[in-house]
Amino acid sequence: MAAIDMKNIVKKYGDGFPAVNDVSIDVQDGEFMILVGPSGCGKSTLLRMIVGLEDITSGDMVIGDRKVNDLAPKDRNLAMVFQNYALYPHLTVYENIAFPLRLAKTDDKTVDEKVRAASKTLELDEHLDRKPANLSGGQRQRVAMGRAIVRDADAFLFDEPLSNLDAKLRGQMRSEIARLQKKLGITTVYVTHDQTEAMTLGDRVAVLKRGILQQLATPRELYDNPGNLFVAGFIGSPPMNFLPAKVEGTSVELPFGKVEISAEKAERAAGRGLLIAGIRPESFEDASVVDASRKGSTFRAKIDVVEWLGNTAYAYIPFEAPPEVLEQLQQLERDLDGETLRTQLVVSLDGSSRVAEGDDAEIWVDTSKMHLFDPATGENLTIDTANAGRVPALEQGHDPAQEMAAESRVADEQTAAAEGS
Amino acid sequence: MKKNNLGTGAGFVLILVWCLLPVAWIISLSFKSPEETAAGSPQFLPKDATLQNYRDILDNPDFLDALRNSFGIALIATFLSVVFATLAAYAIARLEFRGKRAVLSLALAIAMFPVVALVGPLFDMWRTFGLFNTWPGLIIPYMSFTLPLAIWTLAAFFREIPWELEQAAQVDGATSWQAFRKVIVPLAAPGVFTAAILTFFFAWNEFVLAISLTSTTGSRTVPAQLSYFVGPDPFNPPYGQLATASVVVTVPIIIIVLIFQRKIVAGLTSGAVKG
Repeated sequence: MAAIDMKNIVKKYGDGFPAVNDVSIDVQDGEFMILVGPSGCGKSTLLRMIVGLEDITSGDMVIGDRKVNDLAPKDRNLAMVFQNYALYPHLTVYENIAFPLRLAKTDDKTVDEKVRAASKTLELDEHLDRKPANLSGGQRQRVAMGRAIVRDADAFLFDEPLSNLDAKLRGQMRSEIARLQKKLGITTVYVTHDQTEAMTLGDRVAVLKRGILQQLATPRELYDNPGNLFVAGFIGSPPMNFLPAKVEGTSVELPFGKVEISAEKAERAAGRGLLIAGIRPESFEDASVVDASRKGSTFRAKIDVVEWLGNTAYAYIPFEAPPEVLEQLQQLERDLDGETLRTQLVVSLDGSSRVAEGDDAEIWVDTSKMHLFDPATGENLTIDTANAGRVPALEQGHDPAQEMAAESRVADEQTAAAEGS
Repeated sequence: MKKNNLGTGAGFVLILVWCLLPVAWIISLSFKSPEETAAGSPQFLPKDATLQNYRDILDNPDFLDALRNSFGIALIATFLSVVFATLAAYAIARLEFRGKRAVLSLALAIAMFPVVALVGPLFDMWRTFGLFNTWPGLIIPYMSFTLPLAIWTLAAFFREIPWELEQAAQVDGATSWQAFRKVIVPLAAPGVFTAAILTFFFAWNEFVLAISLTSTTGSRTVPAQLSYFVGPDPFNPPYGQLATASVVVTVPIIIIVLIFQRKIVAGLTSGAVKG
């Protein structure tokens, strides 16, 4: 068991494009670290650099107290579960699990003990003599995990291990992985693009975008104090609502009316002109079901669509956004692998709410959890830095405005190239 | 549907007769005595079947030498060709290097030369190098002619094997060589056996080089040796003997195909990765 310390890791491919750019992450001994981000953010590349399947252009990779930059994968003593499992089809389940031990020239008795122990943990006992081809997806997944846990590896690495399973199995395996990791107490780095997996599994989560670390924090910190617009939009489902906002004194003008915020937040956002307000769907409620004693503002809006799910209902309220905000939101949506069709507010209402489509409903909003973002840089102006983990962009020596400009230039080029082809 | 089945059956019989009639004829011939084959209009089945031809051919020291040469040369050529082709194909499938395309096209170009065109130059070269009428003198050209096909076949098989398997093996603690030997080669086995069979057939059946680059039974292979079966009467070729020799050299081929056929199982990699 060991800590994994990544210091200023850079990965450049042949064309000079940095797939991973100056990323520093310290994974503590026994910690469950999640690398998360949309496709192409460099999370898998980073994982493959930890395990040694990808060369490191610059920076230091330290596992335990060894610098492993130039070590071959076999000398790093890490165990990895691949996205497509990568089981050896010509070997039985037993031999698949035993493979690392056989390579280490372990004697047969020890091999048998360890394989039986692993198969018991993963409930594979009855499948030991079968070939991978005859197993279901979930069973293959467990064999791949068995191959990892049978060794006394320094750390586990998972590369999107659940993305090939169907939704129900994914939920089960997710809790299985969490339980296994807690039981073995082994350092784990887990790559995923799924924010639910990131939130539920991770002790800490590193959010990446285009090779740059956006924020490194616990799930709760990420949720409550996103470092920038990207993290705010990425974490949470349904995602955070972004609205154009103007701050005057302690009141914020939103498309639906004015709401009050605390003086401290207002001060930080003062004099910035047009801003983007971020409010999570659950900060809204149907005013008729809210306790009168709860603090907040109310506004009236026409409900476009209602999705009733039993315990909760999602109501959609379209709004118009000024062009400068709209552009930023569309860029954000592209960064998140999505596409904005229209600017709309998603509000989460209590299941008992009777609001229906087409209603002109009174909506209550809790503004204490509202964040204000700078539309040019995406920076969160109202962040509580004490509870936000690490936000590299806010650290010294970084100029967020410049980085954003550089990034959007790259993005524009990519878009242009995509359109050109 | 029934009509369809009938058509399939008829086509099947037609193809079988077309392919197997000559074989049946040779087998039938091998059981006929010289008197019968010399008769003006021999019938299909032997009148009184005899094993005399087989006894004669197995007593013929020249034929036995040729058989030994055939086995030795074909097996060695096959082995070397498959080993080289496996390594070359692996490099072609896995590595990006300059001139990869050139290597592949060049390999194909070699296969395009007609064998006959090379007999003259080879004859001169082999005499100079002292390779004329030796085993290596045949093994080298056989290898060269079968390598391209073997490389192409195997490269296709290697491309089918997910790279993750190898990476998984390396993470599990294998060196590159161990990953290749323990994971890649077993999975490419169907390809290796296909290449091996094709190479063996070529070397076993080859005639032009075998007759041009040898001069004694020290290295002459069976197809070449058969052309020296003249018999005592120049006007009466020993058809029975020739047919018997043909049957004898065909048997190993059939056995080898039957053995390897079980190894050539498609879809061996299924289950490696989520499909």
